[in-house]
Amino acid sequence: MTDRTGSSAVLFQLARQSLSYGEQRVLDDITLTIRHGEKVALLGPSGAGKSTLLNLLYRQQPECSAWQPQGGGLVDLLSVYQNIFIGALDRVGSLPALWNLLCPLPAHRRAIEALAQLLGLQEKLWQSADRLSGGQRQRVAIGRALYRQQPVFLGDEPVSSVDPLQAEALLKHLLEKHETAVVSLHNRQLALDHFDRVVVLRDGRICCDCPASELNAARLDEFYQQPDSPAYERPEPASEGWVIRTS
Amino acid sequence: MIALSGLLPSRGSSARTLNGVCLLMIGGALLALIGADIQLYSVDPWQELSRIGLGLLQPGWRDFPTLLEAVGQTVAFALLAVALAAPLGLLLATVFHWLPVRLLCAALRSVHELFWGLIFMQLYGLSATTGLLAILVPFTGVFAKVFAEIFEQQSPEPARTVPPAAGGLKRHLYTLIPQSWPALVSYTRYRFECALRSSAILGFIGLPTLGFHLETAFKQGQYSEAGALLWAFLLLIASIRFWLRPRLIPLYLLAALWLLPETIGFSNGGYLWQFISSDIWPAAVRAGEWGAALDWYAMMFNEQLWPGLVQTLLLTQIALVLSGVVVLATYPFASRALAGPVLRWPGRFLLLVLRSTPEMVLAFVFLLLFGPSGLPAVLALALHNGGLIAFLVANDSDAERNGPHARPDDPKGLMRYAYIETPRRFPALLALLFYRWEVILRESAIMGILGIATLGFYIDSAFEEIRYDRAFLLIAVTALLNMLVDSLSRRLRRLARSDRAGLLSRRH
Repeated sequence: MTDRTGSSAVLFQLARQSLSYGEQRVLDDITLTIRHGEKVALLGPSGAGKSTLLNLLYRQQPECSAWQPQGGGLVDLLSVYQNIFIGALDRVGSLPALWNLLCPLPAHRRAIEALAQLLGLQEKLWQSADRLSGGQRQRVAIGRALYRQQPVFLGDEPVSSVDPLQAEALLKHLLEKHETAVVSLHNRQLALDHFDRVVVLRDGRICCDCPASELNAARLDEFYQQPDSPAYERPEPASEGWVIRTS
Repeated sequence: MIALSGLLPSRGSSARTLNGVCLLMIGGALLALIGADIQLYSVDPWQELSRIGLGLLQPGWRDFPTLLEAVGQTVAFALLAVALAAPLGLLLATVFHWLPVRLLCAALRSVHELFWGLIFMQLYGLSATTGLLAILVPFTGVFAKVFAEIFEQQSPEPARTVPPAAGGLKRHLYTLIPQSWPALVSYTRYRFECALRSSAILGFIGLPTLGFHLETAFKQGQYSEAGALLWAFLLLIASIRFWLRPRLIPLYLLAALWLLPETIGFSNGGYLWQFISSDIWPAAVRAGEWGAALDWYAMMFNEQLWPGLVQTLLLTQIALVLSGVVVLATYPFASRALAGPVLRWPGRFLLLVLRSTPEMVLAFVFLLLFGPSGLPAVLALALHNGGLIAFLVANDSDAERNGPHARPDDPKGLMRYAYIETPRRFPALLALLFYRWEVILRESAIMGILGIATLGFYIDSAFEEIRYDRAFLLIAVTALLNMLVDSLSRRLRRLARSDRAGLLSRRH
């Protein structure tokens, strides 16, 4: 990070960035600048390249970013406590970290207990992650991101599996705890209500990038619906030859 | 995990359950340390070790044609036996739901190749038939079981569309076998590697394979020759995928037939019948003197069965736990995520050596070093099985490196080992370990042939003294013990099973 105090310091910058997986172009000519202090919502239909874009951003600032990928990246056998603790591994020495596997370190235990209270996981703190529901797992992933205690939050649909009321509260908390945030969402209203900038991706291109105040739900919906892109009409590849399709 | 949550209150932790199982195993091993004979006899093992190490570094090829012949015959036995056992196993797998078939297969595979070798030796002498049958018979049982398990994993939908009147064989031929073909081929390939190891150690009971020359070389202290033989064997196993081409297999089979030793064992049916109906039963039973028979069985139990059984179980328990330690200590050095893309190669090489060298050979070397106690057996079993499992665990870790759970901010180094990799691999690791349990048991029984006081020791002595009645009783008890451990390990595996672990354990 260049300068934490200057509100105009550039944190992330992409200039005419394109990316392809084999034949398929995932990101197409992306130019994007995100400054310190901005709260950016990333919208767009699934497959538009949101996750890829977030990954690119993360690689620019891995040291100061709290990262929450879509799957959460939990370790199934470890307890909720340990899974959240992983966020602090860079702050803890090797020996205490090894000891923590056998017997939780008191200071971290207190901090994570408080965090679990906030996440509604206090009952589950010592359960292993494989016994949690999808929503609970996502809250553990949020906990790990919060416990990273970094100024930047990068989240890929961080509250998609949490129930609506809790989702809004957790998102608000995440935005309060991080000075800068780039978050992909599928709930458009959340984006309009809590972010100051909205970026809409479509077929790997940025098709809208403006302050949230200039947008409303109806305008956002248009970006999801208009079938102008040829990608929507593209016929199925004929690789299946003679197979009779039943579905 | 479904079976697990059914077993325990839903508010537990999976880690705690697995840790409980582990603590139980470790406690068992510590208790076993008290009773097991693992004394160090040799005064200066390091001098001998350095001579052996020197031999490994400077392999000598004094008699190249003999070496080549030994390698050829090792491959010939393995190839022919697998070529016969795999189709037989496939046939049996189609009727595996039939209880007598299941029992038969369990009995076949619960007796070690070397014991089968000793049995067939009495019937067919030191011959090609003995070598072939010794591998073929237990392998058929293993193939049948594993193939049946592979079939179980297939989708039942295609089989339901087959006319119900069509028989089981036809249904398998048109649905399950084609569905599971890749799994069947890959398992057969792996089994061929096992067959090469079995074929090599059959040399220890006198067949002209690599083990025979290895034993001779070691016993005569010609370590550079032994080194050459070991390297030849390792190369043979490491290069399987380069020379075992499907199209060349018919050619290899013909060559194998030609390479087999000329002594084709033959025995008429009359002798076989006498062996089964009379030789293997104690005289008292044959005469119908039940009191004397009871005395005989009591004598056997007190003097051979019980001590052999106890030593076998104790050594197995220690070896099992030590194998786990070996896995945890070695797998990180072969995994890409932990050792890095370049540094993992020495680790992989070490694990390849450990998994390719048969336990018997390792034990034989350690026996020279540490003297005749359980220690060499335990070390050999732990290193071989630990290496084998660590190899699979490392592969598993590599396969998931870019999987859905991978995060770019995962910790590195020791922290990655402690917080990410080991917890993720642990259920599969335990499942594999329990899967190897019965293998370790079978092997520690067989170590007796080298002079360690496990069940194999008494079996070998019985054969040497031509007391078939004793040998039969001891082998039967060993087999029963094996089946018992097999069913226990199946239960423990269910505890440790995640879907991946199930897949893995099926393959090995």
